[in-house]
Amino acid sequence: MSEPLLKVENLKVHFPLDREFLSLKKRYVYAVDDISFSVNEGETLGIVGESGCGKTTAGLSVLNLVKPTGGQLFFRNQDITDISKLPKEEALKLRKEMQIIFQDPYSSLNPRASLKTILDVPMKIHNMGSAKERSEKIEYLLEKVGLRLEHASRYPHEFSGGQRQRIGIARALSLNPSLIIGDEPVSALDVSIQAQIINLLLDLQEEFNLAYIIIAHDLAVVEHVADRIAVMYLGKIVEQADYKDIYTSPLHPYTQALLSAIPIPDPHMKRNRILLKGDVPSPIDPPKGCSFNTRCPKKKDVCEQVEPVLKKAGDGHYVSCHFA
Amino acid sequence: MNKTILKIKNQPNLIIGGIITAVVIFMAIAAPLLAPYHPVDDADLMVSEEPPGSTYLMGTDEQGRDILSRVIYGSRISLSIGIVTQVMNTIIGIILGLSAGYFGKWWDDLVMGLTNIMLSIPSMIFALAIMALIGPGLINVFFALGITNWSYTCRITRSQVLFTRSLDYVKAAKALGYGDIRIMFTQILPNILGPILVIGTLGVASAILLEASLSFLGLGTQPPTPSWGGMLATARNQMFTAPWISIFPGLAIFITVLGLNLFGDGLRDILDPHSVGKIK
Repeated sequence: MSEPLLKVENLKVHFPLDREFLSLKKRYVYAVDDISFSVNEGETLGIVGESGCGKTTAGLSVLNLVKPTGGQLFFRNQDITDISKLPKEEALKLRKEMQIIFQDPYSSLNPRASLKTILDVPMKIHNMGSAKERSEKIEYLLEKVGLRLEHASRYPHEFSGGQRQRIGIARALSLNPSLIIGDEPVSALDVSIQAQIINLLLDLQEEFNLAYIIIAHDLAVVEHVADRIAVMYLGKIVEQADYKDIYTSPLHPYTQALLSAIPIPDPHMKRNRILLKGDVPSPIDPPKGCSFNTRCPKKKDVCEQVEPVLKKAGDGHYVSCHFA
Repeated sequence: MNKTILKIKNQPNLIIGGIITAVVIFMAIAAPLLAPYHPVDDADLMVSEEPPGSTYLMGTDEQGRDILSRVIYGSRISLSIGIVTQVMNTIIGIILGLSAGYFGKWWDDLVMGLTNIMLSIPSMIFALAIMALIGPGLINVFFALGITNWSYTCRITRSQVLFTRSLDYVKAAKALGYGDIRIMFTQILPNILGPILVIGTLGVASAILLEASLSFLGLGTQPPTPSWGGMLATARNQMFTAPWISIFPGLAIFITVLGLNLFGDGLRDILDPHSVGKIK
């Protein structure tokens, strides 16, 4: 197999908390704590987990929008752990390769910029063609995402949520990236529009051979798009596998609980819901041993003492649980 | 668009303040056409200290100059000082506040420290100190007031930047390869102009008051150039024998400042989404 497009090794993002007055100990929020994954060209990795598990932070730090505390990032074998340290031209080139689509279509577009400006300026920054070529490209992009050229002079508040999300996608596409990170790209939209956006993303992936990292809290959404899925809990990846394996033979108790929460469209089918008790522990003081031990239905003594490592459980299937 | 008109209609402050401000601006621009006499050259000691009447609508001063004409010409000094110095303050405040909020770290601490020092010194004292240092005169007033009142703009700008820079479109701009300067001036600044504009309008009013005070103390505009503060200063001796010499320039200051403050308040009410209570 060829080299992966993006390789993330032992990524850590710790946010320092304000030090308490007269206290010497510095405390951190362990938002992302030692995760590794890779994405191949044209492939989709889904990252799922409940809110606060660090999945968004992981996505943002891949783009260097949040500075990693530790670990390394490689894009086509080039170290991109700190883009700001690279020469300016190199950094610009990398920026061009990786783009992001945000969750909230209402805060992801500058309200004071017209659609044309939103799409044109990034291409200008990257010296992509003459004014005429750029405006042809804008027309092409708009058509791709189902908008019309006469929309170009309008401002974001004149569009609906679904349209805005499509503008966000057009903006991400404008630089011809090879990797797009979708940070809950559909969770703020109506269900009918969710399907529309997901289909659009899939079509575009096929056409441009895009790699996606789709971050979501909803396994049902990821099921449609992802080739591989990583399940995160409290800043760590607890299970990673092909999407089929995750759905047919989940090994980690947390993944099993998540899957049991997906509604089944058959009222007669008996569902085996695994209900987790309690809340996610604070990422400031993660529990000792396995981070899931406070809520795990299969908990034994060893879970409180020893932190499980991510081990191989099958072809491309990794899980971090003592009993899997 | 209709919504904006409706909002403006519901703001008597904005309308009244706007009209007053517009009249003062018109007065300053059209002074030579409006003033019945020349403010300096038409001095006639034969008619000094005339009370208001049909020949001299606001009376004459101790040198027999028409007070109405001097008040009209005085608006030029007051307005130009108010506007020019506030533009200077706004530029200083925006640059410092924007960079402090955006870059943070030691630069933020430094700028905020400086701002707090500026806020703790009364602006009158600070302006007086600069005037004492560089000497009296109109040009020096511009300079002194232009670097006195930026602290409010700076604070407001910084706090708005802190909120705005965490929004997704700023992150997106960064991911798209926008440089820091471009992000600050095209992504952040256009979205925080509202509060800066309000502070600016109110700042013009306080600059006019400061200039009047400096001129009253003899450090600002020098005679015979007509300025409202300077007119008040020379009229002090005749306060009881010829009160009109001081009343009219005083009234001019009062009305102009009131107009600008009403205008600023009204602007804040329509630009601030949190204060829509009055609109039905």
